[in-house]
Amino acid sequence: MRRLALRTIALGYLAIVLLGPLAMIFFKTFEHGFGAFWDAVTAHESIVAFKTTLLITAIAVPLNTIFGIVCGLAIVRRRFPGKGIVNAFIDLPLAVSPVVVGVSLFILYGRGGWFYGVFENHGIQILFALPAMVIATMFVSLPFVAREVIPTLREVGEEQEQAAHTLGASGWQTFWRITLPSIRWAVIYGVVLTTARCLGEYGAVAIVHGYKTTATLQVQDYYENFNQTGAYAVSLMLAVVAVIVLISMILIRPREVEAA
Amino acid sequence: MTAYLTLIVILPLAAVVAASGEDGWAGFWAAVSNPEAVAALKLSVLIAILAALVNAVLGTITAWVLVRDRFPGRSIVNSVIDLPFALPTIVAGLVLLALYSPSSPIGVHLAFTRWAIFMALLFVTLPFVVRTVQPVLLELDMEMEQAARSLGASEFTVFRRVVLPNIMPGILSGIALAFARAVGEIGSVVLISGNNPFHTEVASVYVLNQVHSGNRSAAAAVAVVLLLISFVILLLVGGIRRLATRHEYA
Amino acid sequence: MSISIQNISKRFGDFVALDDVSLEVPTGSLVALLGPSGSGKSTLLRIIAGLERPDAGSVHLADEDVTASSPQDRAIGFVFQHYAAFKHMTVFENVAFGLKVRHRPKAEIRARVHDLLDLVQLEGLANRYPSQLSGGQRQRMGLARALAVDPKVLLLDEPFGALDARVRKELRVWLRRLHDETHTTTVIVTHDQEEAMEVAETVAVMNRGRIEQTAGPVELYERPKNEFVMEFVGAVNRLGDTFVRPHDLEVTVEPNGSTREAMIVRVVQLGFEARLELVGENGEQLAAQLTRDQVEVMELAPGQIVYVRPTRQTTFTE
Repeated sequence: MRRLALRTIALGYLAIVLLGPLAMIFFKTFEHGFGAFWDAVTAHESIVAFKTTLLITAIAVPLNTIFGIVCGLAIVRRRFPGKGIVNAFIDLPLAVSPVVVGVSLFILYGRGGWFYGVFENHGIQILFALPAMVIATMFVSLPFVAREVIPTLREVGEEQEQAAHTLGASGWQTFWRITLPSIRWAVIYGVVLTTARCLGEYGAVAIVHGYKTTATLQVQDYYENFNQTGAYAVSLMLAVVAVIVLISMILIRPREVEAA
Repeated sequence: MTAYLTLIVILPLAAVVAASGEDGWAGFWAAVSNPEAVAALKLSVLIAILAALVNAVLGTITAWVLVRDRFPGRSIVNSVIDLPFALPTIVAGLVLLALYSPSSPIGVHLAFTRWAIFMALLFVTLPFVVRTVQPVLLELDMEMEQAARSLGASEFTVFRRVVLPNIMPGILSGIALAFARAVGEIGSVVLISGNNPFHTEVASVYVLNQVHSGNRSAAAAVAVVLLLISFVILLLVGGIRRLATRHEYA
Repeated sequence: MSISIQNISKRFGDFVALDDVSLEVPTGSLVALLGPSGSGKSTLLRIIAGLERPDAGSVHLADEDVTASSPQDRAIGFVFQHYAAFKHMTVFENVAFGLKVRHRPKAEIRARVHDLLDLVQLEGLANRYPSQLSGGQRQRMGLARALAVDPKVLLLDEPFGALDARVRKELRVWLRRLHDETHTTTVIVTHDQEEAMEVAETVAVMNRGRIEQTAGPVELYERPKNEFVMEFVGAVNRLGDTFVRPHDLEVTVEPNGSTREAMIVRVVQLGFEARLELVGENGEQLAAQLTRDQVEVMELAPGQIVYVRPTRQTTFTE
C-alpha cells in the first residue's frame, strides 16, 4: 500500500514535470501541419544555425575528449603539485552560470579587453564571432569526459599497464592497446554527454555571438520575431537529438558499469 | 593539459574577477548594491532554494522508488530522468512557455510570473537529487533496516533513524548541486520570465541585459557574485563528501 | 517461548529453498540448524524472524500463530552474520536502539546498556563507532543489541562466520555460557558441524530444503539416519556400501581373517592424534585415526602395507 503510494507520487511527479513539456513540443510543432514544420526547418536561417551548432560541436568535443583522457590519466596515475586544484577546477564549469562564462570572454576579448590588441592586430575576430562561441562551448562542456574517465581509471587499476610494461610495451603502445580499451566505454559515455551539452548550450553563446546563431539561439530569435512555428520546429529537432542522446545513454551505461 | 585548462577555464574566470574590480571596491559595491541587481540576485537565490528543496523531497522519493520498487518500464523511467541534462534549456523554456501561456492547452496561466520561473528551475534541477541519492541507496546495507525492524522499530522509525541519516549526505550534495545550477540558470527562464525588473528578472538575465547595454563592469560585478556562490557550493559539496565517509569501515 | 514450525515451504523463482519443513523448538533450548550453503537454513531462520514470508505452512511462537506478523511484533532478537551495525550510531546508541524505540526512560536505557556492554565485555567502547571496532567486537555489540530488548527468542544467522578461528571458538564458549545463564530459546544457523555439536543441545541437519534428522549431537554422530547426515557430521570412510568412522578403522601390521590390505600414503601427526591416509585394495581413499603412541609402536611409515578392519560400521537401507 505504502509502496503503491510512493510509486504514484514519484511517477506522477515525473510525468508532470518531464513528460508534459516533451509532449508539448510535438504538439506545438505540428499544430500547423507538417508542411509548415518542414519549411521552418529548411529555412536559410535554420540551416545556417544547425551548421554553426554542428561546427562548434565538432571542434569542442574532440578537444575536450583529448583533454578529458589526458587529464584523467594525469590525475589518477601521476603525482604533481596542484593536483587537487586541477581536480576542483574541472568541476567548476558544472557549477558556474553560463552567463558568467559569456561575460568573462567579453572581458578577455572584447574592445578594451585583455587580449583585444593581440588578436585585432592579426585581423582575427574572437568576440561576436565563431571563436568566442567555440571557447564558451568548450568551457561549459569541459568536465564530462574527465569525470567519466577518472573513476573508471581508478577502478581498473594499474596492474594491466604494469604487466604490459614488463612485457616490453612502450608508453604509447601501452596507452593505445591497454589503457584506452579499458576506458573505452567511459570515454564514449563522456563524449555523448559532452556532445549533448554542446548542442544545448545557450547562455554563454547568447552573450558572445555575432551575426551567426546556433540552433539554440535561433529558437529564441524565431520566437522573438513571432515565428512560433520556426521556434518549435528547431526545438523539435533539438529535442529529437536529446532523445537520441538519452537512448544512447541507456545503451552505453550498463556497458560502462560492467567494464569497470 | 594545464595550459588547456588555464586557457579555457582559469583565465576567463580570473578576468571576470579582475574586471569587477575595475572601478575599484567602491565601483564594485555600487554595481552590486544597485537595487535592480539586488532584486535580481534575491529572486534567483529564493527561487533556486525553493526548487532545490522541492526536488530534494520528490527526488528522494523518486530515487527510493527506482531503487527499491519493481515495475514494468522502470529502466525507461530511470533514463527519462536525465532528460533535463540532455534537452537544451531554451527548448525547455519554450515549451514551458507554451504550457503556461495565456493560450495554454491545460488552462494553467503562469507565464511571465515567478511561478513560471519556479517551474522552469524545477525541470532543470530534477535529476540532481535523484542521481546523488540513488548510489547511496544502492550501497545501503538493507540488513541494517532488517535489524531495526527485528528490534521493534516501526517502518517510519526505520526510515527516520536508519535510512535517512545514511542517505542525508546524498540528499545534501544533491540540493547543493541543484541550487548551484538553478541560481545561474538562463536558457529556460529567458523566454518565460518576461524580464520584468524587480519582479521577474533573475540574476542571469540581469547580467545578460547589462552586457547588451554595454555596462561591462556592472555585468561583471553580478557575475562575480554568482561565481562566488558557485565556489562556495563546490566547497560545501566537497565538505559533505568528506563528512559522509567518516563512518565508513576501514 | 517455544517455536513450532509446521510444513513450511518457500521458493525463490525456480529455486526451492524449503520443502515442507517442520520443527519443534522447546522453550529454553538451544537448537542449531546445520547444513551446507543452499540447504535453506538461513531462509528458515528468517521466516521464524518474519524477515521472509513462507509460501506455505505456519510459524507459531508460544502457541500463537505469527506467520503473518511483522518482525516488529514477534519479540525476537536477531543477530546477523555481517553484524548489520548501525554505522552512523555509536556502540551505545546501537545497543540502546531497541529500548529507544520502545520509549524507555533515559536512565533505564543507560543502566541496561551499560550492563549489557559489561556482559559482552565492551565496556569502555560505548562511544566508539562500529568502524572503529574489530569484527569480534562488532558481533558482540550485535548480540548485546539483540539482547537489550529481552527477546523471548534469540535467532543467530551464522553469527561467527565472518570471524577468524580463534575469535570464533571464544565466542562459541561464551554463547553457550550465556544460554546456560539466561535460558532464552535460541536457534543458531551454522555450516560448521563442530560449532553445532559444541554449542547446541539439539541439531537439525538440513539439506536441499529439507531436514534430514533432528537429534542431539551424540545421537547424530552415532546413529545417523542416512548417508548425508553421516558424512556431514564427521569424517567417514566408504567401503562399498558400508560407512566406517576413521577411529573405528583398526590398523594392524599382520593380516587377521577379515582384514583388507591397504597402503599408507601419508602419516599426519596432529599432536596427540595421528591420522593415516591410506589407499585400499580397490584404490579407494581411506582415513584412519590412531594415537601417536600406536603409530610409534607399530612403526608406521608411508609406503608401508598394513591391514585394516572396521570395528564398527553402518549401512543404510534405502
